[in-house]
Amino acid sequence: MLPFRKSRGVGRLITAGALGDPLFQWFSTVVAFGVIGLLVVITVILSLAASESIRAFGLGFLTGAVWNPVPPLVFGSLPFVYGTLVTSALALLFGVPISIGIAIFLSELSPPWLRIPLTYVVELLAAVPSVVYGLWGIFVLGPVMRASVEPVVQGIFGFLPIFQGNPIGTDKFTAGVILAIMIIPTISAVSREALLAVPENQREAALSLGATRWETTRLAVLRYARAGIFGAVILGLGRAVGETMAVTMTIGNRNAISVSLFDQGQTIASWIANNFLNATDPLELSALIELGLVLMLMSLVINIFARLMLGRVLRRGEGSA
Amino acid sequence: MPPKIHTEKLSAWYGPKRAIEDITLDFEEHAVSAIIGPSGCGKSTLIRCLNRMHETIPKARAEGKVLLNDEDVYALPAVTVRRRIGMVFQKANPFPTMSIYENVAAGLRLNGVRDRDKLDVAVLESLKQAALWDEVKDSLDKSGASLSGGQQQRLCIARALAVRPEVLLMDEPCSALDPIATAKIEDLIFDLRKDYTVVIVTHNMQQAARVADTTAFLYLGKLIETAGTRELFERPKETLTESYITGRFG
Amino acid sequence: MNLGAFFCVVIALIPLGSLLFEATVRGIRSISPGFFALTTANGGIGNAIQGTLILIGLTAAIALPVGILTGIYLAEYGKNRVGAAIRFFVDVMTQIPSIVVGIFAFSLLLELGAIGIVSSRLVFSTTTGVIALSTIMIPFVARTSEEALRLVPISTRESALALGIPRYRAILRVVLPSASSAVITGALLGIARVGGETAPLLMTCLGSGYWFEGLDQPCESLPHTIYVFALGPDSALNQAAWGASLILVLMMLGIAIASRVVIRLRAGTR
Repeated sequence: MLPFRKSRGVGRLITAGALGDPLFQWFSTVVAFGVIGLLVVITVILSLAASESIRAFGLGFLTGAVWNPVPPLVFGSLPFVYGTLVTSALALLFGVPISIGIAIFLSELSPPWLRIPLTYVVELLAAVPSVVYGLWGIFVLGPVMRASVEPVVQGIFGFLPIFQGNPIGTDKFTAGVILAIMIIPTISAVSREALLAVPENQREAALSLGATRWETTRLAVLRYARAGIFGAVILGLGRAVGETMAVTMTIGNRNAISVSLFDQGQTIASWIANNFLNATDPLELSALIELGLVLMLMSLVINIFARLMLGRVLRRGEGSA
Repeated sequence: MPPKIHTEKLSAWYGPKRAIEDITLDFEEHAVSAIIGPSGCGKSTLIRCLNRMHETIPKARAEGKVLLNDEDVYALPAVTVRRRIGMVFQKANPFPTMSIYENVAAGLRLNGVRDRDKLDVAVLESLKQAALWDEVKDSLDKSGASLSGGQQQRLCIARALAVRPEVLLMDEPCSALDPIATAKIEDLIFDLRKDYTVVIVTHNMQQAARVADTTAFLYLGKLIETAGTRELFERPKETLTESYITGRFG
Repeated sequence: MNLGAFFCVVIALIPLGSLLFEATVRGIRSISPGFFALTTANGGIGNAIQGTLILIGLTAAIALPVGILTGIYLAEYGKNRVGAAIRFFVDVMTQIPSIVVGIFAFSLLLELGAIGIVSSRLVFSTTTGVIALSTIMIPFVARTSEEALRLVPISTRESALALGIPRYRAILRVVLPSASSAVITGALLGIARVGGETAPLLMTCLGSGYWFEGLDQPCESLPHTIYVFALGPDSALNQAAWGASLILVLMMLGIAIASRVVIRLRAGTR
């Protein structure tokens, strides 16, 4: 006689897995599908809420430059799309070279003892909440920009229209710089992965041809990893586009399209943040939600593109190994 | 005639571990020299010291002399040495983001050659010397990684030859290839001796017998014996050599 | 090249250093027992800390089980085309800008209130805030959990099954525990992420000058407090914003350190 009690009936079916396995699989599948269902709900709800505005303005919403919350109610998103693109472009301009430099340093040049602590520290940049960056932007970076950086830039490049105007420190330029800082961890981390995925035999091949250290990095490593680095940059762009708080606090919140980087501006995210609670007319609320939908689509397209780039890198890495 | 490469009491370490010890060896010009021995005997380490690739590994170091035409290889800049002594690796490593043409031209471009005509000529000649021209002449734009294993290895040989080195080092170039590809490469090695000095590391004794003029036998980091290939295989002087050749250990 | 790359590293560290320095130096001036005891209506952050803890506690209670279970599905049962599609959409969800998530939660409750399922007063409440934060945290935790489970070698699963253990038990009792440190790290990172979010709270749980009043009432939070204090004209509140930032950053650091400690501890018991 066995020293333990045999389970009977349904209990036995569950513990032996005959019932338990399908049950658990079904349960976790339902939950996973539920999560996707949430995505469907998000899309449906947002589309419903924005529908009034979509019906009212159609495609003109994307090209209109006027946001008029009093009758006659007209809402257009162009200034905000413009602001988003300008600040994101600035963010990439400053952030990408620095991020790639960091990635090269950490993967190729850093002495081993420095590598891990330095990686942690760069990750730390990503851990700081956006609103704290905004606070720092208002009270530390902004004044520095106004007193030192922007006048100097204007002194040297002031003949260019993008550097004209009155630099007061809260403007598209400062917002772009803060965004650059915020996307550095993303771009450098993914670039670093791409660089580390380069097989050692590539470096050897270049060295054996008589390449110097820099030539080896350029020829064998960067070139091999370029798709991955490009994907990293696009990911960074995706982050910059959706960033709200730091930008809202440093961009000056003026609804206007202007050429100069030293002028105040607005991004999609900052406009929503500033005006959502102030919207009195339901049409305005609907327009703001439509704006959110536009932002979501922008972010979606950018991230899918990045995924395609990076996916190709991963697949190629397996193929040529 | 002075040897093309002369090593004098060459030793090399990986960190604290000594890989080769006091190797004094000559490699004749316009000849193929083979280095044979069981796994771990230091064959790869030895040739990597010749073109100063050994020192690219962290904590690796070498002592002793390596002379190229009486010039001290360790007194010259490493980059110069590697342009004069080329290398082909065990596993073919073409640059996958570059076309066949660009792969072969890579070394020349590094040397500052920009003239398209010069590059065309060099690519053509190198691919011919590597016995690959006929197979790829219509698809020079295709990626270097799109070729078969044997073709990729011949591409790497072409790439190494394009910079016109004086010496070509080959580290078990056929060990990852099938017999047909191996045969093609052995044929081309045989032809290369006209213009180059070739040093080939192989764990395959029959291969050494087929292609090499001189063979050196290494065991546990030491040079046991070196002689003309036929003489080494038919009348080895050391018992250790004889045991290895007759397959008593591998 | 060496110098250039190193220079890039230095340039990136300057803002980080400045930020931490300023947050510490300026923030410390606000730290006092009163700061924690007073509500935001009176210049303190007591209710903000309370609010943040409540928000992330409730969010974690919902998002962790759902996210981890989804991660289990993706890692264990999601190796086919359907799984790939779900993974793709979960990834899409992680990329939704957080302010859009806030708009969603707002609109959802507005819609539900209009239909009459719930009280329309709920639109601006802790509940809505939790819905928004959960929507952010669930996909994040799902992906980190999946990655964590993927790290467990196939041989572990096979040896469990070879002992006659049913698959669901093998997953729950063998695979999940061996991935636990990575799963926990993912969970902690998710908590840190939502703890620092402001945008989705702007139109959901708003803010409040008072101590927590209920799930159906607005709720203050640390990030929101920082935002409001920073933008106001009152320089005393501006100063308080630095104090609140210091506390928030310390919380983030605390969570980051906790996750490293967890990894160390579990690695030690292996």
